[in-house]
Amino acid sequence: MIAVENLTKTYGPQRAVDDVSFTCAPGTVTGFLGPNGAGKSTTLRMICGLTPPTSGRATVSGVPYRRLGNPGRHIGVLLDASAQHAGRTGREVLALAAITLGLDTARVPGLLARVGLDDRAAKRRVRAYSLGMRQRLGLAYAMIGDPAVLVLDEPANGLDPEGIHWMRGLLRGFADRGGTVLLSSHLLREVEVVADRLVVIGNGRILTQGDKEELLGAAGTMVRTTDPTALEDLLQRMGLTGTRSADGSVLVPSDPQTIGQAAAAAGVVLLELRPAGAGGLEEMFLRLTAGAEPEGANR
Amino acid sequence: MTATTDVTATTVPAAAAAPVPMARLTLVELRKLADTRAGMWLLIVIGLATVATSAILLGWADDSEITFTALYTFGLMPSAVLLPVLGILSVTSEWSQRTALATFTLVPARARVLLAKVAAGALIAVAATAATAILAAGANLIAPAVGGDGSWSVDSSLIWQSLLLQVIFVLMGNAFGALLLNTPLAIVIYFALPTVWSVLGGSIRALSDASKWLDLNVTSQAMTEADMTSGEWARLGVSVGVWVVLPLVLGAARVLRREVS
Repeated sequence: MIAVENLTKTYGPQRAVDDVSFTCAPGTVTGFLGPNGAGKSTTLRMICGLTPPTSGRATVSGVPYRRLGNPGRHIGVLLDASAQHAGRTGREVLALAAITLGLDTARVPGLLARVGLDDRAAKRRVRAYSLGMRQRLGLAYAMIGDPAVLVLDEPANGLDPEGIHWMRGLLRGFADRGGTVLLSSHLLREVEVVADRLVVIGNGRILTQGDKEELLGAAGTMVRTTDPTALEDLLQRMGLTGTRSADGSVLVPSDPQTIGQAAAAAGVVLLELRPAGAGGLEEMFLRLTAGAEPEGANR
Repeated sequence: MTATTDVTATTVPAAAAAPVPMARLTLVELRKLADTRAGMWLLIVIGLATVATSAILLGWADDSEITFTALYTFGLMPSAVLLPVLGILSVTSEWSQRTALATFTLVPARARVLLAKVAAGALIAVAATAATAILAAGANLIAPAVGGDGSWSVDSSLIWQSLLLQVIFVLMGNAFGALLLNTPLAIVIYFALPTVWSVLGGSIRALSDASKWLDLNVTSQAMTEADMTSGEWARLGVSVGVWVVLPLVLGAARVLRREVS
C-alpha cells in the first residue's frame, strides 16, 4: 500500500512535482505514466525517502519510508538499474543486499536464476552487463527481501521484447498474490497490458488517473464515414468535438450507441464505429502529455 | 508518534520496522572495501609493499638496525599512506558509482551508514597494523640469519600510538571523502592540502607557532616515538580536531542532506 498525499517538490522557481496525490492498493499494478521530465522519477524518489519533498507526504503501509528501519523487508525498489558499482559482480551486489537485510546469502543463486541471469552472468562484473541484464539484476535486488510492495522506475528500459513479456508476467503474478506494484514508464504500451490503474502525469501535475478499464472506456469512439463534412455538422449539433486521425477516422468523446443512433437519424453513412480502446487511450495520453496543460483533464 | 507506531504494528512486518543492527552494517561496509577490483588491488598492493619494507631492511639496512621495532615502524608506512585511499573510496564511490541510490533505499538512516563506514575504516586500520606486526615478527625471526640484530625489545606505548595513528589516517580519508564526495578530488586534496600547509607552516615565520598545533604532519611525528608527553597529546588532539573531526562533521552534514539521484 502506497499513499501519496499532495506531494510537491520545487527546485528554485520550477515545480518539478506539483500537488501529486494517488494511492496504490494491494493486489494491483499501478502504471505511472508521463513523458520524460514530467516528474515521475522525482515523485518515486520522494516516496523512497531519497529526496525530501517541499510539501506533502508519502507513506508505505502508513509509514514514511525513512521511518522504516529495514525497508527492504517490506518494499522493493528499483529506481535506476545503472546505479550499481561497475567493479562488483552481480552475485556480490545481491549478497551485500542479503546481508544488509539480515537474510541468508544462500538465496542469491536462486534469485539470480529467477530473473534469468545464469551462473556465468552472476560471476561477471556489472561493468560487463548490458542494460537489460542490469534491469534483471535490479529486479532481483528489489525482490530479495520478499517485499509486499514494489516500486520500479522504467524497468522495461533495455529489455528485449521477450524480457518485457517475462517482466509483465512476473509483476502480474506478484500483484495477483496480493502485492502492490507501482511502475513508471514514458510508454503507455509498456504498461497498459499489466496495469490495473493508471496515473498520468505531465509537467509535474496529475493529468488524469483511474481504473484502466474506465479510462479505456472514457477514451471515446472511433468513427469513419463516407461524408466527413456531414459527420462534422452532426457532431457540432450534438455539442461534441471530434479529433481527426491521419487515416480519416474521427475520435469522438462519446459512446458508440449515441453516435450510431444520431448518425442513423441524420442519415450519415458510417463505415466504422467502435470503442477507441487502447488506441484511444494512447491518443488521450499523447494529447494530455503533449500540451501537458492540466486544464480540461478529467479526474 | 504513537498513532504511527500502531499503524506500523498492523501493516509493516516487524523485520522491516526494526533498524539494521550496526554490527551488520559494519560487516557490509568492510566487505564493500574489498569486493571491487579497485579495493581488492589496493589491499594487495598494501600487502606487497609491506612485505617489501621487511625485505628492504633485511637486505640493505645496517645489521644493527634490523630489529623488531624498525621492521614494525617501517612496515606501517605503506598502509599509513594507502589505507586512507580506501577510506576515501568507501565514501566517495557511493556517489561516483551512484550506489548511494541502492544503499540508502535499503538503509534510509544515512548517519548509520556513515558510522558503519567509519567503524569499518577503523577496523581495517587495526587489522592492517596487526598484520604488519605479525609480518615484522616473521621478518625479525629471519634477521639473525642475515646477520641482523634481531632484537625484540619494543616499547608498548609505540604499539598503541602507531595503531592510533593508522586509525586517524583512515578516518581522515573517510572525512575528506564525505566532505568532497568526489573520488579524484578527495584523493588529491587529501594528499596535497596537508603538505601545502606543512610547507607554508615551515617557511612562513608567522605561521610556525600555529603549525605546531595545527599541522598533523608535525604533531603526529611524536606518535612514532615511544612515550608521548601530555603536551604532544594535546597538540595531536587539536590537529586531529581540525583535520579529521571537523571535515567528518561537515562531510556528514553533506551526506545527510544531499539529494540522491
